[in-house]
Amino acid sequence: MKVLHDTWLIFHRNLKLMLRSPLWVVLGVSQPVVFLLLFAPLLKPALATMGAHSQAQAYRIYVPGMLVALALAGGLYAGFDLLRELSSGIVERARVTPVSRLALLLGRALRDVVVLVVQAAIIIVLSLLFGLTVSIPALLIGYGILALITLTSASFSYGVALKIKNPAVLGQLINNVAQPLMLLSGTLLPIALAPLWLRDTANGNPFNWAVTGMRALFTGHPGDPSIWKAFAMLGGLAVITIAWSGRKFAKSVR
Amino acid sequence: MGIIEVKGLAKSYETRSRRKTTRVDAVAGVDLDVAEGEIFGFLGPNGAGKTTTLRMLATLIPPDAGEATIAGANLRSQQAKVREAIGYIAQGGATTDDATAREELVLQARMHGISKAEAQRRAVAALAAFELTEYADRACKTYSGGQRRRVDIAMGIIHRPKVVFLDEPTTGLDPQSRAHMWDEVRRLRSEGMTVFLTTHYLEEADVLCDRVAIIDGGVIVAEGTPDTLKREISGDIVTVGVGEDFAEKAGEVLTGQDYLTEVEVRDGGMLRLAVEDGGTAVPRVMRTLDDAGIATSTVEVHRPTLDDVFLTKTGRSLRES
Ligand SMILES: Nc1ncnc2c1ncn2[C@@H]1O[C@H](COP(=O)(O)OP(=O)(O)OP(=O)(O)O)[C@@H](O)[C@H]1O
Ligand SMILES: [Mg+2]
Repeated sequence: MKVLHDTWLIFHRNLKLMLRSPLWVVLGVSQPVVFLLLFAPLLKPALATMGAHSQAQAYRIYVPGMLVALALAGGLYAGFDLLRELSSGIVERARVTPVSRLALLLGRALRDVVVLVVQAAIIIVLSLLFGLTVSIPALLIGYGILALITLTSASFSYGVALKIKNPAVLGQLINNVAQPLMLLSGTLLPIALAPLWLRDTANGNPFNWAVTGMRALFTGHPGDPSIWKAFAMLGGLAVITIAWSGRKFAKSVR
Repeated sequence: MGIIEVKGLAKSYETRSRRKTTRVDAVAGVDLDVAEGEIFGFLGPNGAGKTTTLRMLATLIPPDAGEATIAGANLRSQQAKVREAIGYIAQGGATTDDATAREELVLQARMHGISKAEAQRRAVAALAAFELTEYADRACKTYSGGQRRRVDIAMGIIHRPKVVFLDEPTTGLDPQSRAHMWDEVRRLRSEGMTVFLTTHYLEEADVLCDRVAIIDGGVIVAEGTPDTLKREISGDIVTVGVGEDFAEKAGEVLTGQDYLTEVEVRDGGMLRLAVEDGGTAVPRVMRTLDDAGIATSTVEVHRPTLDDVFLTKTGRSLRES
């Protein structure tokens, strides 16, 4: 399969280059880690309305939301990396070869998934020290949700970067997408605190289902319907975004 | 039949600034016919449309109009076949700062569908051929401009294409690296490749290229071998020094001689003569002046340069623009 072969090629190359500056991965995770440490004492009282009666319970609500936010943000900012590659001529160099255009996208987006897996592991391990408990199967299913989110957000960001090409404009646009999306998904603040009309939008928001599903997994309810709903909606969204962004790679004109 | 045949190729861009939309005809109907095994030069000033033409031929941007076949493959309907046949080396280069030359070469080969083992073999051979072995495992950001340019070219030909498009291979290089690069380009030809390069260096077009097309404002204004182009324009230029006192008289004597197409008296007792052939004209000029009792202090024959060609076709000098 040419797509798979080429995806592996691009993935491998991009991962290898990123490992040469691992600081990047660490910096990406530093903000959530700081949040984790700073807000730890405040979590229990703040999340009491959501049923957090102990520190461990508070973490089961807080950490899943934070992981979803991390997957969203990490992917959305991936486009900046592509802008750098565009200006150095690497993308164009690939586009005069018969390499699969979809692979140019998927190889990069999967690299971003690996970054997320590492970052999420750092946060989870730290949270375990604070009393978070989660079963291995639940964690693996949770990783599935996070991977779908990163695939979607990174593909979106790459597609937008190919269209916009201006880092300043890209930054503004990403901010304008990321912040409302995080708020509306209840990643950090529970959506239950929002006004009713806002809560209604949450039902159609795949990322909100992702947060709900992740919380169900971390609180030990792997059978909760929110989990398969999250998978179905995120899966659909990922396919649409990848198809759109892959087309941009096929005909990107600089 | 040429290995590159282009007919009526055109591309224009719309650029929006404030309120106005301006249309730039980057390439406005270009015809080309490049023979197999040639080093073909595309000579033109900044913004002439060289890169745009190359990018269209390399399948990177769709033309607005026109047709082209490259190595028998149609540019519009057989893009995959075109890509197999060509290598494209962009004006700005395409190496990654943090990757090494070896990694770049292997990746490039593998993107062409070459197996891993074969890609590694070819990378080793390319590194040796381009004298890069010494730096092969160092990050590209540590290379000199000339070394980095050689990596670009090595990548562009790793799949052994029939046609290589080289966009300004020597811009920004010092004279020594430039001479080195010319040798590389000649080597590509000796290995059977057809080289299509762009340049705005007169000397490069003149010395390196078998045939040259001069492009300005998106149109080709002249095409041919450097020699025919130069000869076509004005034959040779002869400059004769006779001293201030005799310049006027010499001018009178020479005007009207049938082998001179132009006689111009210049400052400093010099005469500039346009002649059809310098070799036969010089003795006749000397004899005519001698008969009139005028002594010549200096005689110089200039072959017209490609800049003279550009000047006659566009009214501007390539050196100035
Ligand atoms: N993407 C674009 N959008 C708008 N205008 C463009 C674009 N690309 C090229 N142009 C314009 O088209 C014209 C031709 O550009 P091109 O890059 O082909 O010139 P060139 O001959 O390669 O010049 P140089 O020697 O400076 O590289 C220029 O006027 C340029 O400004
Ligand atoms: Mg150019």
